[in-house]
Amino acid sequence: MPLTAEVLARHGLTPEEYQRILSTLGREPNLTELGIFAVMWSEHCSYKSSRRHLAKLPTQGPQVLQGPGENAGVVDVGEGWVCVFKIESHNHPSFIEPFQGAATGVGGILRDVFTMGARPVAIMDSLRFGALDDPRSRHLLAGVVAGIAHYGNCFGVPNLGGETGFDASYAGNPLVNAFALGLARRDALFYGKASGVGNLVMYVGAKTGRDGIHGATMASEEFSESSESKRPNVQVGDPFLEKLLLEACLEAMRSGAIIGIQDMGAAGLTSSSSEMGGRAGTGIELDLDRVPQRESGMSAYEIMLSESQERMLLVAAPGREAEIARIFAKWGLDAVVIGRVTGDGMLRVLQHGRVEAEIPNRALTDAAPRYDRPRRAPAVPAAPLDRPAGLPALDPATALLRLLASENICSRRWIYEQYDTMVRTNTLAAPGGDAGVIRIKGTRRSLAMALAGSGRYCRLDPRQGARLAVAEAARNVASTGARPLAATNCLNFGNPEKPEIMWQLVEALEGMGEACRALNTPVTGGNVSLYNETRGEAIAPTPVVGVVGLLEHEHDGVPLGPRFLAAGDTVLLLSGAPRLEPEEAGRRLGSTEYARLLGAVWGWPPALDLAGERALHLVLAEAARAGLLRSAHDCSEGGLAVALAECLLAHPVNFPAAAPLGATIALPPDELNLENWLFAETASRVVASCSAHALAPLEDLARRHSLTLLRLGQVESRPSLRLLRAGRTVFDLDWPALNQAWQQGFARAFEAVAEEAVV
Amino acid sequence: MKIGVIVFPGSNCDHDAFHAVTLQSGLEPVWLWHESRDLGGVDAILIPGGFSYGDYLRTGAIARFSPILASVGEFARQGGPVLGICNGFQILCESRLLPGALLPNAGSHFVCRPVRLRVENTSTPFTSAYRAGQPIMLPVAHGEGNYYCDPATLDELESQHRVVFRYVNPRGEAAPAANPNGSLANIAGIANREGNVVGMMPHPERAVELSLGSADGAPLFQSLARAAALTPAGASPAAAENGVSACR
Repeated sequence: MPLTAEVLARHGLTPEEYQRILSTLGREPNLTELGIFAVMWSEHCSYKSSRRHLAKLPTQGPQVLQGPGENAGVVDVGEGWVCVFKIESHNHPSFIEPFQGAATGVGGILRDVFTMGARPVAIMDSLRFGALDDPRSRHLLAGVVAGIAHYGNCFGVPNLGGETGFDASYAGNPLVNAFALGLARRDALFYGKASGVGNLVMYVGAKTGRDGIHGATMASEEFSESSESKRPNVQVGDPFLEKLLLEACLEAMRSGAIIGIQDMGAAGLTSSSSEMGGRAGTGIELDLDRVPQRESGMSAYEIMLSESQERMLLVAAPGREAEIARIFAKWGLDAVVIGRVTGDGMLRVLQHGRVEAEIPNRALTDAAPRYDRPRRAPAVPAAPLDRPAGLPALDPATALLRLLASENICSRRWIYEQYDTMVRTNTLAAPGGDAGVIRIKGTRRSLAMALAGSGRYCRLDPRQGARLAVAEAARNVASTGARPLAATNCLNFGNPEKPEIMWQLVEALEGMGEACRALNTPVTGGNVSLYNETRGEAIAPTPVVGVVGLLEHEHDGVPLGPRFLAAGDTVLLLSGAPRLEPEEAGRRLGSTEYARLLGAVWGWPPALDLAGERALHLVLAEAARAGLLRSAHDCSEGGLAVALAECLLAHPVNFPAAAPLGATIALPPDELNLENWLFAETASRVVASCSAHALAPLEDLARRHSLTLLRLGQVESRPSLRLLRAGRTVFDLDWPALNQAWQQGFARAFEAVAEEAVV
Repeated sequence: MKIGVIVFPGSNCDHDAFHAVTLQSGLEPVWLWHESRDLGGVDAILIPGGFSYGDYLRTGAIARFSPILASVGEFARQGGPVLGICNGFQILCESRLLPGALLPNAGSHFVCRPVRLRVENTSTPFTSAYRAGQPIMLPVAHGEGNYYCDPATLDELESQHRVVFRYVNPRGEAAPAANPNGSLANIAGIANREGNVVGMMPHPERAVELSLGSADGAPLFQSLARAAALTPAGASPAAAENGVSACR
């Protein structure tokens, strides 16, 4: 086939990139080579638009053992243990085929973790869809949730939740970001390096088929009407096979015969072999005739670009191949030698005795194109600065009940009850609270983790939105009493070739870097997902941040949860937020869920003072360690009113719901108006409860960290939420009404789905 | 007392069952690999949850033909205590060691949450440490836990008091709303005629430590330890290490 302009375009290569291929090779590439360049130079694999800006993120710290660049990040958690974690997007496949797209997203991130030698012990997801009242959104959500459940439940890893949001901008481009965390011994980590000339390259796992060819290039394009015809590009997952692969890989690693290992994810055999060679500065020679194949007559092009799932590439010492094959055979899997490590730095692909491709590994990895794409702030702001004239305030009780029932706030039980949240018997806090928490058996330590994304804020100000996402994920973790340790990120944006989108990306990265530095949570890895557009319409810029934190127990402790536990306890607001003038407070209300309820958007994202945020985390950790707090709950979407209601309603699903309690809250009579007090989403605030004797030491602790501690009221046995200001009752809502609004919001939409599915 | 925990390639609650046994004094867990016929002289057998061989055909349908199941059948017929949890229950039904079948949940979704149960039968080796009628809380986590059998079998199960656990509401009633999966007569667990083989959908091994949400599963393991104290130790001296302990 001649390499026409049309062939180049179909591979997503620009004429300039083709010239670069010609000068790299010193000749014309054949079609197989062109395919290899196309996937490795795709945005998905090369990070060509984002790489230079990713350098702005902090990636180092005494706790960080492995930062970005490997299959996943590694953080020291003490007592000889490390945790290995990462988040990755599977947005494009999930739109085309939600069940398999989401399932293979989970499969891919699990492999990234166990390829490092860690047994996966937790997963979470960050999901975004169009409005819940759009049947297509519900179809996508139902399929995505079922796909995640299918893969994670069968594999046997607890799902600790994450977050799910709805906004019209995701209607044509949902987001599915999957997070996984594994545990390994510090001295038993493995890396994706093909070191040692003469070592063997082995292929293990599923056979290679024609599925998923060019998935990586697909993920580097916008959607159009023809996207659904790309369904064959979506891979099909087999969680049982992945479970076998996990057990076999961990057992083979323990044997000492494995030198390096990497999963075959996006761009399959091509990326795993060239990246492993690239990291070690070696070459790789592959004989495709030896690659286990599911279909006959596959070309070199197809074998190299297939994204068949549940496959791994490993490098082993010569003479140990039989031992490795024996371990894999025990788990019913093939392990075959398909090549060797060479000293010439080339990726050389042989088939039927002919050289089908010969490309320097470095040209595919470190020396891939990098762009400093033009960027420009939008000429017109995304929303007016001030509240639309004549927009009335809602009655507070009505607003609270409607917020509790709204798609972005109501209980996510319908989702997380479909996930196995307790397998492996480590789950101290299952979904339903601010963060998931798992213990590390045999230690006094546990790990808290949470995901947060902020498209709504980022649309107005991507820099502030990204800072807020970091702060919220870290605060969720801190609310359990854990100390935030490190972060992973998934950057979901539109087409970077548009200067406004590129501006969003860079602003968000700079904001994220600032917040991660201030909160001492270096970024250890993650993923960039660009071209999230349909018919030229980009999603709201959505950086998603995952934060992992460490809890050290004095004894077998239960982490702090959101729910008030005892009548008579004092309700507190711990706040590191800056004091706002009324005008600024009014503008910052425009980005909230409350404003959305009013049908308007204006102004700026919530205020955030990173020093105050950090002080809040320190106080929470110290208070939890000293046993001063009975509960703690992050105050975010929906503001203080929603947070207070959730303190009466929410609980992690592994614990049965306790008997309903109530609270009487008296707001301070300051200059902030009631709307702002109840519904502003000001960051760095936590609603907590404590017993009477803990109050004085808590006040002392807050003072030492310059943190504001407000006594808001009292937990009561009378099950209702009563709110007073200046001696007047603002509302008094009984527990069943609050609970019904919160529980039914989501369930009702999905009962409708079940009926639609029958029709 | 040696408790054998069977490992199929797709078992994923095997570590959890092993861990729960470890916590009970008087019990010692050993692994039993699915391809072996050797039970290694164990005194009781746990078939843990998971997806035995992927369960793409029908849950437990392939596990039934595994080498280890032949030995389990023999062990059960000789009166040895066998407990199948979740996928283990499905496998026991497929193997005809227990009557009936587990259909897809009535809600058609996988469901994972704590559920309330009533202990209906305390004469099995797995339930003697419970009080008759005791309300307990254990998590369920399954997509196919909807117990079904023909009316004659149900009559038999009820009249012979072979329903071991039933889903109940906070008032202790076996009401429809308390049933997470549509099971016939709110059945969560049953025993064979002799009472030595028990299958249950809820996960007692996930509820042996209060910090995880419930410790109501602990008496099940205490029951086993108590049964051990009443019967002489296992007769077979066969090596438990025979390709078995090496598997994890």
